[in-house]
Amino acid sequence: MLYAALIYTPDLDFAEPEIAKEWLPQYAAFRSEADEHVVGGKALAQTATATTVRVLGARGGEVVVSDGPYAETKEALTGFYLLECEDLDEAVALAAKIPGAWHGAIEVRPVADFSAVQSLLTSE
Amino acid sequence: MEDPLARTVRLEGARILATLVRTVGDLGIAEDAVQEATITAMREWPVSGVPESPRAWLTVVARRKATDLVRREGLRGRKEREATQLLDQTAPEPPEPVGAVGSDDQLRLIFVCCHPTLAPEARVALALRTLCGLEVPEVAAALLTSEAAMAKRLTRSRQKIKQAGIRYRVPAEAELPARLAAVCGVLHGLYTAGHTRLDGATLLDVDLCDEAVRLARLLRDLLPGRPGPEALLALLLLTEARRPARIDPDGAPVLLAAQDRGRWDRAAIDEGLHLLATSLERTEGQADPYQLQAAIAAVHALAPTAEATDWPEIVRLYDLLISVQPASTPAALGRAVAVAEAYGAPAGLAALDALDAQAPDPHDHRRTAIRAELLARTGRLAEAAATMRRSLDGPLPDPERAHRLRRVAEWETAEDRP
Repeated sequence: MLYAALIYTPDLDFAEPEIAKEWLPQYAAFRSEADEHVVGGKALAQTATATTVRVLGARGGEVVVSDGPYAETKEALTGFYLLECEDLDEAVALAAKIPGAWHGAIEVRPVADFSAVQSLLTSE
Repeated sequence: MEDPLARTVRLEGARILATLVRTVGDLGIAEDAVQEATITAMREWPVSGVPESPRAWLTVVARRKATDLVRREGLRGRKEREATQLLDQTAPEPPEPVGAVGSDDQLRLIFVCCHPTLAPEARVALALRTLCGLEVPEVAAALLTSEAAMAKRLTRSRQKIKQAGIRYRVPAEAELPARLAAVCGVLHGLYTAGHTRLDGATLLDVDLCDEAVRLARLLRDLLPGRPGPEALLALLLLTEARRPARIDPDGAPVLLAAQDRGRWDRAAIDEGLHLLATSLERTEGQADPYQLQAAIAAVHALAPTAEATDWPEIVRLYDLLISVQPASTPAALGRAVAVAEAYGAPAGLAALDALDAQAPDPHDHRRTAIRAELLARTGRLAEAAATMRRSLDGPLPDPERAHRLRRVAEWETAEDRP
């Protein structure tokens, strides 16, 4: 199964030498340890760079753009991995090795399963 | 009211589920197979008669159904070969997994079901429903929630298990402590369901009580030196010790004050008291809910007569219990009864009024029945009779209903006398 590991930590700027020095080797170590499970993943730039976009009403409605992340919280989404795992136990065990887990928390979520609605997807 | 045959089928079904999960390695398939087997039993047994060993019969049929299900669902690759191989009737039984969880299928499965990625209350509910064969209303009553909320919680948990890829597997030794609290909750819930039936012809279900005590004992042996399982076993033993005196030969309930204390099981009491003392030593006086409930049962056990009961001490213990379990209605009810015994019926009624103000529940038939008894003690017999009648609205075990109707009749007769 494919799981997203969403990394919530204090807002980080990985371009800061201090931060890069502290965290990048730890993430690199996770990456090499979990290599066979990591399907994808990225670190995100600081939430100060985020822009939130929403369309009012329905498609084609007024576009409202605002500065900042969707939710202002103490811990922010600072990165994610896509992990291929046998089951949730394995995903949880891997998540516990992501450095963000001891800097914040990791939300483990399976990616949506479309197998039940496959026919709708292909008939279009 | 559930028919006795259906109840046998359901409870035996729950028991064979544990073994079948081990064979199939998949809880979902095992559950479906057991369900189909129980449906077959319900169709065939009324015609053919109940087989000599219902469990063996259900096991054979459920295994066959599971084989069909595995083939039909076409589990992919290696898993399918493994599963069908395991289910091959000629193949030997799979070896008992050796591991920390011990050799008891049922206890092992309860640990498996108490998966840490599920919410704590969901773990307990699922195990009671799936592994112990309790009906949704019984699970709801054991866990002090409404039937609708419980049904929703169970559905949500099953969805998460399926969609989030939670696989049931036997936990390693290091994983056991994290699951222990939920496992204690399951055993306590199982005992409660047996001890306080919601309806039916009898007040209690001896099989469920016995099974809960058996599992609690196994749990204490599996993880020795831990206060939780010791306190739980102490609570169950101290409660169970009174069982022989709780019911008269006609199946009617006998109130605590009227029980023949000579019929209490002294060996169970001694063991319970000893376990409680050991458990309390380990936590250095910091008491958890099981310890406090066991301590309340111990005060009763130590009283040579009903009159000699130390009710102020029981009130004090209930106060402590409520301080760690503020939302527990049974604790508040127990406290109101103890207050009435210690300080008089008007004080007990005031405690009930306070509970009603804090957590009103007109459908709580026990609360209504207790109020009726306390009203009668203050001499307000007409009010007591009317209140007791209100407590009969919902489902009740037959002997409990008969008992309450007798009380109503007594009070109404006394009222009519000039």
